Amino acid sequence: MSNPDTAERVHVVLNPALAFDRSPPKPEAPDEKRWSNVHAPDAMRATTASAESGRTSAHRALRIFLQNPNAMTGLIFLVLVIGAALLAPWIYPDDPLSMVARPFIWPGTNPAYPLGTDSLGRDVLSGILHGARISLLVGIVATGIGLAVGLIIGSTAGYFGGWIDDVLVKVIEIVQTLPSFILLVVIVAIAQPSVAIITGAIGIVSWPTVARLVRSEFRAIREKDYVVAARSLGYGHVRIIVREILPNALPPIIVTSSVMVATAILMESALSFMGLGDPNLVSWGSMIGDGRELLRTAWYLTAIPGFAIVFTVLALNLIGDGLNDALNPRFTDER
Amino acid sequence: MTAYRRIGRALLRTALQAIPTILVIIVLDFFLLQLAPGDAADVMAGEAGAATEETLAALRSRFGLDLPVLHRLFDYLNNLAHFSLGFSPRYNMPVAELIGQRLPGTLILMLVALVISVVLGLALGSVMAVFAGKLPDRAISVVALLFYSIPGFWIGLMLIVLFSVKLGWLPSGGSGTIGSSLTGLPALLDQLRYMILPATSLALFYVAIYARLTRAAMLEVKSQDYVRTAAAKGLSPFAITTRHILRNALLPVTTMAGMHLGGMLGGAVVVETVYSWPGLGRLAFEAVMGRDFTVLLGILLLSSLVVIAANAVVDLLHAWLDPRIGVR
Repeated sequence: MSNPDTAERVHVVLNPALAFDRSPPKPEAPDEKRWSNVHAPDAMRATTASAESGRTSAHRALRIFLQNPNAMTGLIFLVLVIGAALLAPWIYPDDPLSMVARPFIWPGTNPAYPLGTDSLGRDVLSGILHGARISLLVGIVATGIGLAVGLIIGSTAGYFGGWIDDVLVKVIEIVQTLPSFILLVVIVAIAQPSVAIITGAIGIVSWPTVARLVRSEFRAIREKDYVVAARSLGYGHVRIIVREILPNALPPIIVTSSVMVATAILMESALSFMGLGDPNLVSWGSMIGDGRELLRTAWYLTAIPGFAIVFTVLALNLIGDGLNDALNPRFTDER
Repeated sequence: MTAYRRIGRALLRTALQAIPTILVIIVLDFFLLQLAPGDAADVMAGEAGAATEETLAALRSRFGLDLPVLHRLFDYLNNLAHFSLGFSPRYNMPVAELIGQRLPGTLILMLVALVISVVLGLALGSVMAVFAGKLPDRAISVVALLFYSIPGFWIGLMLIVLFSVKLGWLPSGGSGTIGSSLTGLPALLDQLRYMILPATSLALFYVAIYARLTRAAMLEVKSQDYVRTAAAKGLSPFAITTRHILRNALLPVTTMAGMHLGGMLGGAVVVETVYSWPGLGRLAFEAVMGRDFTVLLGILLLSSLVVIAANAVVDLLHAWLDPRIGVR
């Protein structure tokens, strides 16, 4: 779903500008020459800035991010969704699946139910607020799982190379050859739908993207002088991977992870829409699935949860774009 | 002549390399499906309302569901070696025939969606790149981001509300007028009317990806020396954009388009559900729910083959777009 290839391409190109604290300034010089056709003044500045210290570089990225109107809009949207998720049990302490009023109250007609009620008389607003909990929970935990597996496999493949790399690349290829959503449907249908299973399954189908990205980053970084220096000092593999290479490979991973949360939320909603969600919990996707039968008469039941999904996913994508701009100095002057 | 032979050899090598991958995929799929509780006999008995122990045993032995796992795996591989995908207990017909019925619908849907998304994506991306940083770029990038964030099934339902329920312009589902005796062009137009909404719902997400990708690739190509040379020798900006910039920017777009074919099949599952489109994605979902694993294995195998074939085509396309890459 996200685009590993472009991410890889772009970030490999940008590595010199992204070099963080541990890189001594001198060895970076030859890398700069290769990109003499890059005209972004920011990129040049970034290289000199990163030579000073990692802290200023991170500060600079944060400043660019905070000055980006799109990213700030996304951040505000996301804060609203997180607020809704956290406050849901306070505002609506009752089960959102319980019947509270007459069915088919249209939104805006009854102040007690601002977003109306569905075919069983359940409050739509309560469902939306409680649904935010599921969407965010699944999105974040599934991304965590995907990141963990992808990082372990990708860093192992990229760092060690040789036959380990060959085998792991083959494994990644095989998983990527299977259409991920069909695989997801199969896993969830087999293991019985519950939030834990859905979250795990989304994590399982999303790790190959991370693994490919991490692998290409590690391959680019492992030949750098500071890694060779660390190796000559006798540091262990784990220490070199975690302390030397990983911090420098982080920027593209951070960008990818915000897009992954968005993708995971979309996957969860599609699964629930198909009737493969957790039957005991209300989720935006299952609300759309229920409303679908009544599309002709009560289309608001389908429309409202959809807007909630678009709102959340758009927020995450705006943040992802903002992070990409902040961590990729080359693109900042083009926007 | 030599070029054709090279292409042939490249395709043959791809096919040979694909065999072990496919084998591993089949075995993995097979064992994954073995983990499922229940089998086709259970579901069929459940749907029939009641079944005795004996009927269940008879059903199982008829379709070989009572044999040991490894025995069944061997049987399945043996069938495949004879180019047979096995027999579906649920639909009571050979899997190959079943898939053959459903495949054209999905392929047409996917191809139309792919064409829409690539053409529209390239057009929007080019506009964004030409006006980089200006108003059209910002406006389109917001629209693209919105497309990127909308779930395909939801926009499908909203399109139905607008175009079928409110306006009554387009049909809300199905793949053709039932019982129509149209032939030739009118029949094609009839089919097209049914295809517009599903293909659009499937395509929007990819339009966004290709537009953003085209923009990034074109901006990267723009700063290359040969673009400056083209401008210096007096080519018109339009010729430079289309012949020199866009052609080179096509490389990443085609790579992604090839990779997305598999993803589109996944999206087709949902979109086909929304529009009750009789396709492969819907069949896959029904097969999962009916525990009809022979059908599911066949579909998974086929989709893996489609992905591998798409990658091979993309390689050839790259060699044609950029002769420096060459067919290896």
